[in-house]
Amino acid sequence: MLGFVVKRVLSAIPVLFMVAVIVFMVLRLSPGDPAVMIAGPNATTEQLQDLRESMGLNRPLLEQLFLWLGDIARGDFGVSLVSGKAVTELVLDRLGPTIALSLTTILLAVAVALPLGVIAAWQQGRWLDRLVMAGSVLGFSVPVFIIGYVMILIFARYLGWFPVQGYKPLSEGIGAFASRLVLPTVALSFPYIALIARIVRTNVIEVMGEDYIRTARAKGQTERGVMTGHALRNAAVPIVTIIGVSITMLISGVVVTESVFNIPGLGRLVLEAVLARDYTVIQAVILLFSTIYVFINLAVDLLYGFFDPRIRY
Amino acid sequence: MTSDTAPSKPAQTELDLPDMAEARNDSGVAAMIRAILSSWPARISAAVVVLIVAMAILAPFLGTVDPVQLDPSQRLQGSSAAHWLGTDSYGRDVYSRVVYGARISLAVGAGTVVIAVAAGIFFGVLTGYFRWADIIVMRFMDGLMAIPGILLAIALVAISGATLTTVLIAISIPEIPRVARMVRSVIMGVRSEPYVEAASVLGTGALKMVWRHMLPNTVAPLLVQGTYIFASAIMTESILSFLGAGVPPETPSWGNMMADGRVYFLVKPELILYPGVMVSLTVLSVNMLGDVLRDRLDPRMAKRL
Amino acid sequence: MFTRNGRSGFVSAIALALALGGVSGTAAQAQTVTAVMHAPLRAVDPVISTAYILRNYGYMVYDTLLARDSEGTPQPQMASWDVSDDGKIYTFTLRDGLTFHDGSPVTAEDAVASLSRWSQVDKTGQVMASLLSEMAVVDDKTFTLSFAEPTGIALIALSKPSGLAPFILPKAAAETPISEPITSTIGSGPFMFVEDAYRPGVSATFAKFEDYVPRDEASDGMAGGKVVKVDEVVWTTMPDPMTAMNALMSGEIDFVEQVPPDLLPVIEGNPDIETSVVRKQGSQNLARMNHTLPPFDNPKMREAVLLALGQQPLLDAQVGAGSPNGSACAAVFGCGSIYADDYRAEDIIEAHPEEAKAILEAEGYDGTPIMLMHATDLLMLNPQGPVIAQQLRNAGFEVEMMSMDWASVVARRASKAPLAEGGWNMFSTTNVLPDVGSPIGFIGVAAGGDSAWFGWPDVPEIEELRMKIAESADPEEQKSFAQQIDKLVIDNGVMVPMGEFYNTSAYSSALSGLVEAEAPVFWNVEKAE
Repeated sequence: MLGFVVKRVLSAIPVLFMVAVIVFMVLRLSPGDPAVMIAGPNATTEQLQDLRESMGLNRPLLEQLFLWLGDIARGDFGVSLVSGKAVTELVLDRLGPTIALSLTTILLAVAVALPLGVIAAWQQGRWLDRLVMAGSVLGFSVPVFIIGYVMILIFARYLGWFPVQGYKPLSEGIGAFASRLVLPTVALSFPYIALIARIVRTNVIEVMGEDYIRTARAKGQTERGVMTGHALRNAAVPIVTIIGVSITMLISGVVVTESVFNIPGLGRLVLEAVLARDYTVIQAVILLFSTIYVFINLAVDLLYGFFDPRIRY
Repeated sequence: MTSDTAPSKPAQTELDLPDMAEARNDSGVAAMIRAILSSWPARISAAVVVLIVAMAILAPFLGTVDPVQLDPSQRLQGSSAAHWLGTDSYGRDVYSRVVYGARISLAVGAGTVVIAVAAGIFFGVLTGYFRWADIIVMRFMDGLMAIPGILLAIALVAISGATLTTVLIAISIPEIPRVARMVRSVIMGVRSEPYVEAASVLGTGALKMVWRHMLPNTVAPLLVQGTYIFASAIMTESILSFLGAGVPPETPSWGNMMADGRVYFLVKPELILYPGVMVSLTVLSVNMLGDVLRDRLDPRMAKRL
Repeated sequence: MFTRNGRSGFVSAIALALALGGVSGTAAQAQTVTAVMHAPLRAVDPVISTAYILRNYGYMVYDTLLARDSEGTPQPQMASWDVSDDGKIYTFTLRDGLTFHDGSPVTAEDAVASLSRWSQVDKTGQVMASLLSEMAVVDDKTFTLSFAEPTGIALIALSKPSGLAPFILPKAAAETPISEPITSTIGSGPFMFVEDAYRPGVSATFAKFEDYVPRDEASDGMAGGKVVKVDEVVWTTMPDPMTAMNALMSGEIDFVEQVPPDLLPVIEGNPDIETSVVRKQGSQNLARMNHTLPPFDNPKMREAVLLALGQQPLLDAQVGAGSPNGSACAAVFGCGSIYADDYRAEDIIEAHPEEAKAILEAEGYDGTPIMLMHATDLLMLNPQGPVIAQQLRNAGFEVEMMSMDWASVVARRASKAPLAEGGWNMFSTTNVLPDVGSPIGFIGVAAGGDSAWFGWPDVPEIEELRMKIAESADPEEQKSFAQQIDKLVIDNGVMVPMGEFYNTSAYSSALSGLVEAEAPVFWNVEKAE
């Protein structure tokens, strides 16, 4: 078990190395450079040259790449080319909102999707099942910004139940924190509810056909007991997988949702950084997301063992 | 990670199982048609897809005008005889843009499938058949897969400028590793089958071997995966446009129309709703077809997803 | 203030607490104005960057020696001045009570250091520097500018309200080389920058500087007393203008600097929201050709573009058909400028596709596509590309419109290479009217070839006239030089004016006392409880 964990963690290193190289090359091949963005529209050519020099953008590409790789290996992500602030500081500052939004979204998605999926499986082929399934396909067929706009219009503007936009850290009170997260969370969770509900349904249906479920029923266990005790537990592996996949998929939705609801998170940070060609920030954020991706996959693998005793490492 | 939509993205641990390897006999066109016509939702979805394709092909004959022609003095008009669905913020005919938009969206969907599948097969075969290529290429693929697709796409479009080709490539690249992994696992599974080993002993060449004995096994899973990539690409295009990194703003794509219309959401919500309904309808139908295909052609995959 | 919403307590608590980030608990009692600005603040050097948000930042944190009143006349702000009888020596005297935010007094040394850094970067400053024979500190409060010839440039330059305004920094910061952005935020302006609450790209907080001593005169344009009447101003940005409107209506924010014109109907008739259009903060659209590449190395082809383009369609697309917030204007220096001129107005304002076609034919245009750069990510630039492209096509040009983000336009327009190697034929942008109105400072008319702005027009007569304006001290003479420049600019296709538009600001009706000036400023603003 420990050996497996160590091996998997080590195997993440070459992956992250590849990520670093790909991101670096993609950015440096792009037109537009941060010096121009900083100096503004009227800058002269000499002024730009001086700025580039002082920002280290004039060195050979490979040298820049290795300098940067060396720096991140030491945990130094450099300073933002635009604001001059430490990248780590910028990222940490924006991390909170994104984590909060992602967590609430996944929690909500799981909380809604699990019962929906189980009900659909239980009612397999009947109208309730059809309704859930149709709704679930719809859930990932509507772009998230449309859901967001409609929700702002109804719940923030007409009904006035929630603020339109913004984010407050938990330290400013649970009310301020939660009221601003409700709409973005609901808007963002639709596709994941759809996705997870489908997986739950399919797997529960499959498990219910197995012998031990019949045995459990024969032994007189209640339908609810069978569902929670046996069917769900045995369908857990693929469900855990899809939850892991959902978390890693969240990012595209997060970028859009943060933009619609004006949440100062990582998605907006990276979008603004791309438009301003703030290389160091883009590199750091993408690397961070990739690291999260790798470790969520690892966590999912480890959870298999927990849910399915047959799997041993 | 490219979009919210693709349900067919198993975690990598599962894809490594070479369990889709059995040769299937019924992976032909006939089976597909039989599958599609098997239930009412499937029939309706198929009909919608056919209609949208017809709309794309017949766009010039459907009472449309030039979708790019602008006339700012006529902007933001309501429905009229001249403009059936009114005009947008440049005074362009919304109806014509919706109809022509089908071309762009289908092109984005189909183009992405073609690029992702072609590249995926290439890398999948390369790594599945030639062990020497496996380590390098798959590490690269792992790296690519770990980068959030939407961020990679935004960066790529920012680099090369907003053209349809750039957007196509930007949407396709993040899909490639998944296709490659799937093809690779099929190939690796088939490689140890007795009939393949026999052919190998008989001296069949590598290319012929792949073509004859291995690729046919990938058709069914690729078909299923293809529909999801198709749907997901259309959705991703609209998200990219929304974020300002989509196809050139002149181009009448549904994503673009929604991006342009977002400012008018309170004033003229139909500017977002018309293309929004079209995107949702298309993505919905294609996803439904994908489900049906998957259930029929690839029962094992259906169990997992 | 928010009682009309019927949710007063809750909502105003939000508005007050909206100071995103690390504002301390005292913010809850403080009176805060939350403003959504047109762009996020990401850097803090107002001297080396011409980004307008940095100019706005400069007016919060720093002060200027002189300032223009609402009539455009230079007035004393930090300093008063005397001119020697021969018109060559200007003596400036700092007024009493000026201190930087760290408590140290503002001295003539600070002023001189600041002016010399600024005049290395700013176009008007460069002209002033070239005429200057000496800038000398006399004592703590006094310094002189000495010129070889009598000139009016000193007052024009030191009261320059926009673009790069000559802000006064502490000497230590002002001695930073221009290749290095300063990071210090210590100024002597009416507001103090709250470092701890600064979140680059998200929000910036400015607290009232208690030790600021305003002038006694009433506020008038950029001039007069800068009296701060609120405790705190918080700038934030909202990537989605719809969200900003909704937030304004729900009382979460107080001020939106630029409302997209098409969203105006949303707030029209809302009693809680006021709008204002400050014409001085308007912008001029401008189309620019690359004079160094064919076909626009040929003046006749540039003339064809001038004739092909018309202003109304672009203005319609930007601010709405027939909106009073857009106005056709043929004057190179802007219609509100004292240098406004209507030379060839009809040719410039209307589109003349047939006449343009005739020129193309006579010049044997072979149909090589014109590479037009189109910036998609800025609200007012986005409509320019498609409208210009269509008008050129109507006149027989082949146009290849390259859509890209502004960052890419800015990078690519600096390239003098041929098209195949990353060059360009045409782009368009906007400049704010205070910048446009100055024949010396306006980048769009500079025509010194390689030293000119992107497009590199080379018209030596224009350069001579610009210098003459700087050297002249007679307003009538300056005006006649400016009119000659206007003609030369149009006839040589240095740039094509594409009309003016004015931004609308929207704000909560609880705010009052907003100053009409060349930049949005927050002194004098009051917020009702």
